[in-house]
Amino acid sequence: MTATTATTTPGRRSRPIRLAAGLRRCAVPLALLVLWQASVGLGWISTRSIPSPSQVLVAFWELTASGELAVHLLVSLGRVSAGLAIGVSAGTLCALIAGLSRRGEDALDALLQMLRTLPHLALVPLFILWFGIGETPKIALVALGTAFPIYLNLFAGIRTVDAKVVEAVSTLGLTRWELIAQVILPGALPAFLTGLRYALGVAWLSLVVGEQINASSGIGYLAMTAREFLRTDVIIVALIVYAILGLLADLIVRVVERSALIWRPAFIKE
Amino acid sequence: MSHALPRVPASAPVVTVRGLVRNFGNGNVLDGLSLDLQPGSFTALLGRSGCGKSTLLRTLAKLDPAPEGTVRLPDARAVVFQEPRLVPWMRVLRNVTLGLRHPDAEARGLAALAEVGLSHRARAWPLTLSGGEAQRAALARALVREPRLLLLDEPFAALDALTRLRMQGLVETLWRAHAPAVLLVTHDVDEALLLADRAVVMANGTIAADIPIPLARPRRHGDPGFIALRSRLLAELGVDEEHLATREPQRADARTNSAKPGGYGLPAGAAAAPSL
Repeated sequence: MTATTATTTPGRRSRPIRLAAGLRRCAVPLALLVLWQASVGLGWISTRSIPSPSQVLVAFWELTASGELAVHLLVSLGRVSAGLAIGVSAGTLCALIAGLSRRGEDALDALLQMLRTLPHLALVPLFILWFGIGETPKIALVALGTAFPIYLNLFAGIRTVDAKVVEAVSTLGLTRWELIAQVILPGALPAFLTGLRYALGVAWLSLVVGEQINASSGIGYLAMTAREFLRTDVIIVALIVYAILGLLADLIVRVVERSALIWRPAFIKE
Repeated sequence: MSHALPRVPASAPVVTVRGLVRNFGNGNVLDGLSLDLQPGSFTALLGRSGCGKSTLLRTLAKLDPAPEGTVRLPDARAVVFQEPRLVPWMRVLRNVTLGLRHPDAEARGLAALAEVGLSHRARAWPLTLSGGEAQRAALARALVREPRLLLLDEPFAALDALTRLRMQGLVETLWRAHAPAVLLVTHDVDEALLLADRAVVMANGTIAADIPIPLARPRRHGDPGFIALRSRLLAELGVDEEHLATREPQRADARTNSAKPGGYGLPAGAAAAPSL
């Protein structure tokens, strides 16, 4: 929101000045990159510890060209999607039950508030015992991790829809279902999207951990096998792919927010 | 032409309230209140803060229960609150037609918006409206329901002085055109005298004074009749005009009754209840 107002202030800075500012912001990362390349090239740092940026680029190109990266990427994306689908559905369902009825809240809220304090990644050993070492524990880990941010945010969102507006609308002769579908749920949408952004972050984190347990494919598997062959360049590629996936997911939610929350003054272009 | 007084119908009242009691734990906010509203009449409801007038309006809007007493209401009711209370994620027109079951709801909504002078904002998002525009949209949302009872809960209180004057004129025009029974809750004696043909003063959860306002329209603040009624209403509200000082209220606020000796007669649980 502050960014929007900043770019529309009348005393907007001219283009060359903004360019210079942008360069200044990039200066330190670029300098580090050059330093990194130089220190590996001059043999100050062993490639066993870390490869040079150019080596990472080469590894990235090789993995892409051989199709290996795409295969693992698809597997990882499949796991995240399946886990997210389950986690978001479960979180949404629980939040609707608890948010829309007092009895539902009594039944679910205390339990879920207790469970959410549990670090879900600590359940890995248990999940291996329960689900073996196939796809299930990996997807279950993502699902469990993503359900809670969705539940907490959507529940709070439903409960904090402007009571005065709901009261006014209740005088207009809507059925309870119409009131929920047209007023309460759209009102809770911003909170849901916030929850979704958290959930996406947790999803990648769960995937990183999940793919390091006996996986035979996926980005995490790529990194683990690279470790055995001391291929630090491939490990760095895996890290970068995780980072890019996280950024893309966040970007997608932002785009959804822009179109879904168009009624908010910050998004209205008039 | 403008001397034609609003219809004073002989038909049955559109609202009938008998012996209405509402208890908030420490004292009755409504204490055996009875009130009739005639079809097409314009009634102003005045009273100090906490006298129960908002509770009465909320009861008539069916937002509050009526545990004791009888309340007879028409089906077609509409409420305009102090805040516009529009749904922010629906465009203005959708807000107006919300809950409307007619097949031509959209056309009716547009007509209502035209009547309040807001046609050009039909596609706007509510949060982009000015305070006056938003309140006019709320008025259109009430109007489109063709209410036989229009409840106005201090609808002009949050507006600036000029906007308020325009809104008062608009409400009077709409009332003349559609003839709902209007109950206007207000703190403003002048507003009551400008718009209403009856002023009801509440105190202690019941009606303390019921004063007809037989003034010709359009009304002006300086008219002798206006000034006389103004003094009378202010006196009923416990304001001494001569000294412009507020007298010690004769009728204690219903909600502070528990502080009076009589309050101790309540059962222990009730007396210990926190004051609202």
